[in-house]
Amino acid sequence: MKRQLWWRSLWLHLFLTPLALLWLAPLWLMFVFSTQPEIAIFSTPTPILPGNQFAANLQSLQSDTNFLRTLFNSVMVAGIYTVLSIFLTSLAGYAFARFQFWGKGLLFSLVIATLTIPYFAVVIPQFILVAREAKTLLAILIGMAVFGGIALLLAWLRFSPTLGRVMWLGYAVAALAYLFFGVPALREAMTFDFRLTNTWWAVILPSLANSLGVFYMRQNFLSVPMSLLEAARIDGAGEFRIFFRVAVPLVLPAMAALAIILFLASWNDYLWPLLVLSDREMQTAPVALGSLIGLTRVSWGGIMVGAVMTTLPFLVLFLFLQRYFIAGITAGGVKD
Amino acid sequence: MKRSATPYLFLLPYLAIFALFWAWPIIESLLLSFQNTRVYPPVWDISINWGRILGDAAFWDALRNTVLILVIQVPLMLALATGLAIGLNSQLLRAKGFFRFAFFAPVVVGAVAYSAVFRLLFNQNGAVNAALGLELNWIFDPVGAMVVIITTLTWRWTGYNAIIILAGLQSIPKDIYEAAEIDGASPWQQFWRITLPSLRPVLLFCLVLSIIGTLQLFTEPWLITNGGPGTATTTLGVYLYRQGFQNINFGYASTIAYAITLLALVFSIIQLRLFGRDQ
Repeated sequence: MKRQLWWRSLWLHLFLTPLALLWLAPLWLMFVFSTQPEIAIFSTPTPILPGNQFAANLQSLQSDTNFLRTLFNSVMVAGIYTVLSIFLTSLAGYAFARFQFWGKGLLFSLVIATLTIPYFAVVIPQFILVAREAKTLLAILIGMAVFGGIALLLAWLRFSPTLGRVMWLGYAVAALAYLFFGVPALREAMTFDFRLTNTWWAVILPSLANSLGVFYMRQNFLSVPMSLLEAARIDGAGEFRIFFRVAVPLVLPAMAALAIILFLASWNDYLWPLLVLSDREMQTAPVALGSLIGLTRVSWGGIMVGAVMTTLPFLVLFLFLQRYFIAGITAGGVKD
Repeated sequence: MKRSATPYLFLLPYLAIFALFWAWPIIESLLLSFQNTRVYPPVWDISINWGRILGDAAFWDALRNTVLILVIQVPLMLALATGLAIGLNSQLLRAKGFFRFAFFAPVVVGAVAYSAVFRLLFNQNGAVNAALGLELNWIFDPVGAMVVIITTLTWRWTGYNAIIILAGLQSIPKDIYEAAEIDGASPWQQFWRITLPSLRPVLLFCLVLSIIGTLQLFTEPWLITNGGPGTATTTLGVYLYRQGFQNINFGYASTIAYAITLLALVFSIIQLRLFGRDQ
């Protein structure tokens, strides 16, 4: 029996080791290429050890694009996005986990349903929203007013003794109100100019509608013992105080996992920043790198430097914080 | 229940953004798909885009390419990820940290960075040809270009799926295996009779994610092959980008977007029918 296990172990390692090396090869070669002159990258045999051209490649990258500036943009965009998104999704997740309120089922299924809707279904109107020629954040205000109005309407219907019992009527009224008032108001608002293109906000705002984050925070707030929150309530703490002082500290590790995943997703995002950032000074690092790849006369060593600089910090973090990355990735998939 | 506005206050900031940037665009996309946006201001023309898409050879090419990736890359990747997860979960495996790092590291690499690397690796004078002793011009060969895209995607996403499957594996109670062992079941039998059935919900989840991901594939074909040669690797995502943001035809691009959404819906329904409601 023991002998049999030894053979199984041997086969396992014989199979996995070459595969693992093959998997690491692109990352290793990315690093090697970033330190080699262009001519070496395309020579046979391919160089497999680092050279000494990193500084020269960095310099050519910096002159092709203002790469350090784009790195700064990336840090700011991903940082602001992560903070705001954690704030919004945990507030919403807490509401879904902690409170019973009218319209909860509908709103939650609405938010969750968007998880299976391809991003392309919204990208064009999103683009029109942030790119249109106009002056103010009027559309956001109108959007908030419309949905706030619907929320208040739902709340009122709940309180009204006769209508409160016929829930479907409330949903129908809300849907009609949205179709007749919300849709035209938003279409009207879209003709105003946000002038958000080439700003950090153009990248940040649309991605804040992150339903996976809401779902994830809800799951975590559900695991907080309700009795603890009730105790704080009996002590006379307000709802927001309970949220910040009692509930949030209890889910901090989960929040950290979500923050890492959100930061990474924002950092690596390509399509949306490509659409809304055309000004070279405002581009994020992936967009700047991507713009170089299509060009014919370009330093591949420089591009590899950019790839290394956008990747290496996360590889190092990954070595130390693997647990958090993995917690963030498995968040949606596996029930405990 | 105490009546209060508090839950709505907690929800309002998120819902405002959600309403403006998700709920509303889903409707607006549909409305745009029924409009001629090549004139200003756009005019309602119910059949212009939907009529066009049915006879648009380029769209069907893009659809064919996307489905091709879907039926080759996704099963390949999920099988590999399942094997990997079982290997990484095995108590016989030494140096687990190394193996986990090797397969999970691509999870943190951005699409632009690895697309650039794979484009170099599959260059005519690149590392792959050097290693295999070939002189194939991968990116300018229709089949070769598709192989490059599939390889790149598999490299990036196998570890990601393996993480999810591994978590699924770890939630299978150990005593089932012990009981099977005592009954004399071989590892192979244990895999088919215990592991695979227990993983069904997790695999279904990975499948759904992969299908939605493949349907909106854009960055890799755009940067590695630019959709070429010809239309050989033009995916639905690349085609949508070309129509919407290079030809500035938002109406037609919205129609493509809704066609993709309908496909996602069809696939979801088929999956539910085939695999049942496991959740």
